[in-house]
Amino acid sequence: MGSNMAENHPVGFRWPMKAKERGATLIHVDPRFSRTSALADLYVPIRAGSDIAFLGGLINHVLTHDKWFKDYVVAYTNASSIVSDDYVDAEDNGGLFSGYDPKSSSYDNASWAYAGPAQEAKEDASTHSGHGMEGTSPAKHRPARDETLQDPRSVFQILKRHYARYTPQMVERVCGTPQSLFLQVAEILAQNSGRDRTSAICYAVGWTQQSYGAQIIRAAGILQLLLGNIGRPGGGIMALRGHASIQGSTDVPTLFDLLPGYLPHPAAFKSDDTLERYMRESAVRGGYWSNLPKFMVSLLKAWYGDAATAENEFGYQWIPKLTGDHSHISTSAAMADGKVKGFVVFGQNPANGSAHAGLQRKALTQLDWMVAIDLYETETAAFWYAAPEGWKPADVKTEVFLLPTAGPPEKDGTFTNTQRLLQFHDKAVDPPGDARSDLWYVYHLGRRLKELYSGSTNPRDQGLLNLTWDYLPERPDPEWRIKDEPSDEKVLMEVNGYTVADRRQVPDFEHLKADGSTACGVWIYSGVFPAPGKNMARRRTRTPENYVEPAWGFAWPGNRRILYNRASADPAGQPWSERKKYVWWDATAGKWIGKDVPDFPAKKAPATPAKEKGTGIDLHSGSDPFTLKADGRGWLFAPSGLKDGPLPTHYEPLESPVSNALYERQDSPVAKRFPRKDNAISPPGDPRYPYIVTTYRVTEQYTSGVMSRWNSWLSELMPEMFAEISPELAQEKGIANLDWITVSTPRNQIECKALVTRRMRPFPHDGKLIHTVGLPYHWGYKGLVKGAMANDLVALSEEPNVYIQEDKAMTCNLRKGRSR
Amino acid sequence: MAVEQAGGQGLGPIGRLGMAPQPMSRESLEKKPRIRDADKAVPSVCPYCAVGCSQLVYVKDRRIIDIEGNPDSPINEGTLCPKGASTYQYLVNPNRVTTVRYRAPHSDHWEDRPLDWAMDRIATLIKETREASFVERTPEGKLVNQTTAIATLGGATMDIEENYLIKKLFSGGLGVVSIENQARI
Repeated sequence: MGSNMAENHPVGFRWPMKAKERGATLIHVDPRFSRTSALADLYVPIRAGSDIAFLGGLINHVLTHDKWFKDYVVAYTNASSIVSDDYVDAEDNGGLFSGYDPKSSSYDNASWAYAGPAQEAKEDASTHSGHGMEGTSPAKHRPARDETLQDPRSVFQILKRHYARYTPQMVERVCGTPQSLFLQVAEILAQNSGRDRTSAICYAVGWTQQSYGAQIIRAAGILQLLLGNIGRPGGGIMALRGHASIQGSTDVPTLFDLLPGYLPHPAAFKSDDTLERYMRESAVRGGYWSNLPKFMVSLLKAWYGDAATAENEFGYQWIPKLTGDHSHISTSAAMADGKVKGFVVFGQNPANGSAHAGLQRKALTQLDWMVAIDLYETETAAFWYAAPEGWKPADVKTEVFLLPTAGPPEKDGTFTNTQRLLQFHDKAVDPPGDARSDLWYVYHLGRRLKELYSGSTNPRDQGLLNLTWDYLPERPDPEWRIKDEPSDEKVLMEVNGYTVADRRQVPDFEHLKADGSTACGVWIYSGVFPAPGKNMARRRTRTPENYVEPAWGFAWPGNRRILYNRASADPAGQPWSERKKYVWWDATAGKWIGKDVPDFPAKKAPATPAKEKGTGIDLHSGSDPFTLKADGRGWLFAPSGLKDGPLPTHYEPLESPVSNALYERQDSPVAKRFPRKDNAISPPGDPRYPYIVTTYRVTEQYTSGVMSRWNSWLSELMPEMFAEISPELAQEKGIANLDWITVSTPRNQIECKALVTRRMRPFPHDGKLIHTVGLPYHWGYKGLVKGAMANDLVALSEEPNVYIQEDKAMTCNLRKGRSR
Repeated sequence: MAVEQAGGQGLGPIGRLGMAPQPMSRESLEKKPRIRDADKAVPSVCPYCAVGCSQLVYVKDRRIIDIEGNPDSPINEGTLCPKGASTYQYLVNPNRVTTVRYRAPHSDHWEDRPLDWAMDRIATLIKETREASFVERTPEGKLVNQTTAIATLGGATMDIEENYLIKKLFSGGLGVVSIENQARI
């Protein structure tokens, strides 16, 4: 669901195909019949934007037909936990959970907590990012439980009530999916789960680019927990990510709300004014996150070296504090209003690839200066003379730099792929001409800035001056023409971490300390470079006897390939079945063993009771597999960590042709809209924009086209922008295949050729037919092949937890003919 | 004569199999795999999607002559998709930018500039903008040490080491808060 894997991850899709050859059943649930649908055993159409209704229907089916995996659910999930008396479910409140404040469009999540005494420290999920801030009080890591699951305040009973109305009839009404097909999916999943069998769910941006994207993934998580499909081989939920190291840029990260390794970024609107308070607020007493102070202090030591001391909070105040939402979308709005002056763009193309691309281009004209670093001239670099708005260059003030950069074979470096696997690529040749690696650019910019500020005694400059910045190799490699290239492995060694006194590499994150004696750039990556010359990401050894292939690359954390794999064994530590044997307790040796690195304390026996006092995973028993959660359990119900509710709930997209059939509340109560003149959003059922429009990619092009439209082979394979529409819609509008059409939203309009195809189908809804228009988004105004930009149609909006725009389900109109 | 060559060295293993040599044109005889004369094959990773297919970059005389799937990889076992299979042209391509291009405010054209000049100019602009916009404390007196007038974008196509230095320099060094990448899209 939410993915066209055959098209967008073709080589990864070889593996589901191999599984199919061996008897696995492949199901594709999608608004559009695609290459993936063609290869699946079962194609199930669904109206764009209705994924939670579909998944909620599956959850309801599993619960009402007793298809859930009892031993797994009772022992490993929070099904038995008792929720606060103050909690009111969306079912009883028109689609809103308790704690909603319409003035601020946000939730106070206090009433979603487990029952028990008041919390020790103030928790407010609406201000936290990073790991789930699940609380510090004993009630949170040792909630009251009813293992019969009969207590009406138990998570299990709340779950049952919440999804009771998500019936096959309701799924058909909301999703437009025939009941018979829906029931087939439910039965296949239920039958293929349990001790002997597991099912996996794959998704991509078809889920995340919705105004409740995180909740769709949560719904899949609930379903997989109920079926016992988490932490087990052949199970799980696989995020199919779109860029070579987008997982790495999330982990490290280049994201505003996180520090490396999912540490929350300090913020002025939280109680983060001192390091001590930041760590107290951010660390969770129960679970592995209790170690957060070790990771944070080690990060500060990696960044500020000897200047980071206990007396100056290890340089904590040199890290800026957030003062609001500084995400890409919000920053774009601020840029369009002239509030951003300088912009550095590394291998990205917002003038074409980001939401509301027209507004993005306008924003670039408001800058004083912009630096674009790329292999090719992007739409972003060329906005001042080539944008469709037709500005006169003389009227554009922005000072623009286009710096040529290197591709992967022209530099050493590490990518983290979609399964958290770090793989090193070796430099094969020097980059051409003045092209340099991005590492070179950042390193030498930093070096110059340190020189420009040298001698400053201003406190605000001390962070920069104290930044450890020693990355040039001892001796440049004589093989290469570029002699001042920084050593990539030196950076990776800092990412891994070392002990400060003797500068020895630490073997893993278990060895990090909170007293300043260790330094570590990205704690979750620790172990990737445990000794000089030992780059684990560069390992390329096959292990034919073990399909896990543990010696190829390095997976974080600690080379574990399946997270929470303690759940692959039963509570007593034995495999659920011989067929699904993965990690188990060896009583003779007194430790966990198996095909993978056990994601559990190596010598903690299954029968170990939870300690009454202490911190961290000591508060978990030997059969609590979810070590990062305060209570050690998989969360069916999320008492904290989400801003838009503890249980996934069906809302319509911000723009929808229909009313919410399940609740009075139409759309997400907390998704962020940007109410600006240039960002109008259509109201529900707007007759001016009656059709759903969704965006996607094709195999032969790549995102906004920078890496594919300068390539003659790929451009020849897929040369032209098009819109896919159904024969029914084509007939209604008098459009023939290959006719020019114009697609419009309140933001903009674009023209392209019509591709009339039965791959698109209208969805019946309350006696009407709902049509969908499909748009790839690869073309632009630079490159060998050019065309209209689908992102011109998209609104600025933000899902509340992760700040992603909604472009998988919007509304549009279309007409025959060109745009002007 | 062509037949004799084919039976001798020209077809190598086929000759050794004892098959009867067939007449072949000189063109056929001179054909060879693109990678045969490579000096080395360097392991790499595909630059496109996140599956992480391993590639072999074939180099001759310090130039890339071909890029193929790496048969050793448990992920792709030597295969590549249409994009991955075209990685050669992503790198060896006359349309690549190989000089520093500069467009002065209000100018109507690009001009080439020396790399050092551009780096000095960009560092100066960053410093000037930071100086003009830096906020030490909020009106309520909270220490924030930040600037919202500079933003960076990108990183998902780049190495984790590069992302790490971007975050370290712009956040920990300069106080920039809007540091974002494609993961937000």
